[in-house]
Amino acid sequence: MTTDDERWLDEHAGPVVRPYVMTSGRAQPVRGKFDLISVVVATGPVPIAEIGMGPEHLAIVRLCQEPLSVAEIAGYLDLPTGTVRVLLGDLLDKGFVMMQEPEPEIDMRDLRMYEAVLDGLRAL
Amino acid sequence: MDYGRSRKLPTAIKIVIAGGFGAGKTTLVGAVSETKPLRTEEILTDQGLGVDDVSGVEAKRTTTVAMDFGRITIKDEFVLYLFGTPGQERFWFMWDEVAIGSLGAVVLADTRRLADCFPSVDYFERHGIPFVVGVNCFEGATQYALDEVQLALNLGPNVPVTLCDARDRDSCKAVLITLVQHAMKIRAVTADTLVESRTS
Ligand SMILES: Nc1nc2c(ncn2[C@@H]2O[C@H](COP(=O)(O)OP(=O)(O)OP(=O)(O)O)[C@@H](O)[C@H]2O)c(=O)[nH]1
Ligand SMILES: [Mg+2]
Repeated sequence: MTTDDERWLDEHAGPVVRPYVMTSGRAQPVRGKFDLISVVVATGPVPIAEIGMGPEHLAIVRLCQEPLSVAEIAGYLDLPTGTVRVLLGDLLDKGFVMMQEPEPEIDMRDLRMYEAVLDGLRAL
Repeated sequence: MDYGRSRKLPTAIKIVIAGGFGAGKTTLVGAVSETKPLRTEEILTDQGLGVDDVSGVEAKRTTTVAMDFGRITIKDEFVLYLFGTPGQERFWFMWDEVAIGSLGAVVLADTRRLADCFPSVDYFERHGIPFVVGVNCFEGATQYALDEVQLALNLGPNVPVTLCDARDRDSCKAVLITLVQHAMKIRAVTADTLVESRTS
């Protein structure tokens, strides 16, 4: 069994991780600004093979057959969110995914949103 | 499946679950999430950590910060994402990413270590983000009255303080409902006002 302290060190102050090979060392996506909760969906089925597409790109297209947030994609693929943002930029650029349009800016003054969320929570 | 442009994607809403180390954040996220809680990792450089880099490139170090999160789908139209923020103080700047633009926050307070949630309370007050305090009832904890907690945390009279058990789904649900009601009271306006304020 690991103690809380060991867990803490592992998970919260983990070792140095260099940029992944899968992003070819890129830190910024070529396209798109992906917030943690930007919702992404595939525009079609998983392509067979495509120049410049790695297995992680394909894995994202496979996952995003249903709309998912950037955070969820990172969680399911067990990749850092920064890496996922770069991969998503490639996919957006090639037209394999689309993002919530317009930008997922939600107005926190919208009474209707609060009512819908309250109804939804009560019905859980 | 419909790949049409017309496809309506759900609108994502963030809710922050904050509190001190071991206050029950991950437990709460797990209790109400419809999926197994996931974990995201951000890789940060020294720069982001506010460490002075005096010895050049070699000294540059990165750290990963993990956040647990879960989701609650509201009728295909909205998705709530609950993010358990890292409890450690040096990661507060990470909070900005989840807290800014969020609906609000639940600050979990462990009455055995009430002071641990001062920083969270400060953070949300400073950023004007609606929050409620959930007093997590651990066994062996001194039973505080809710108004004592309110006083101890020096909260404004309008900040809801409620008892909760982070392991219990209904209890967590009730805390979230309290938060949404509170945020609604503070921020919501009717559709007419919304349109007026946008066009003027
Ligand atoms: N009795 C009791 N135990 C709880 C409650 N909530 C959480 N716990 C326990 O407290 C411990 C810590 O809970 P976590 O959910 O991991 O706390 P956390 O805030 O995510 O912790 P860190 O992420 O490490 O800061 C776990 O062993 C939980 O089972 C509660 O309401 N009552
Ligand atoms: Mg946790």
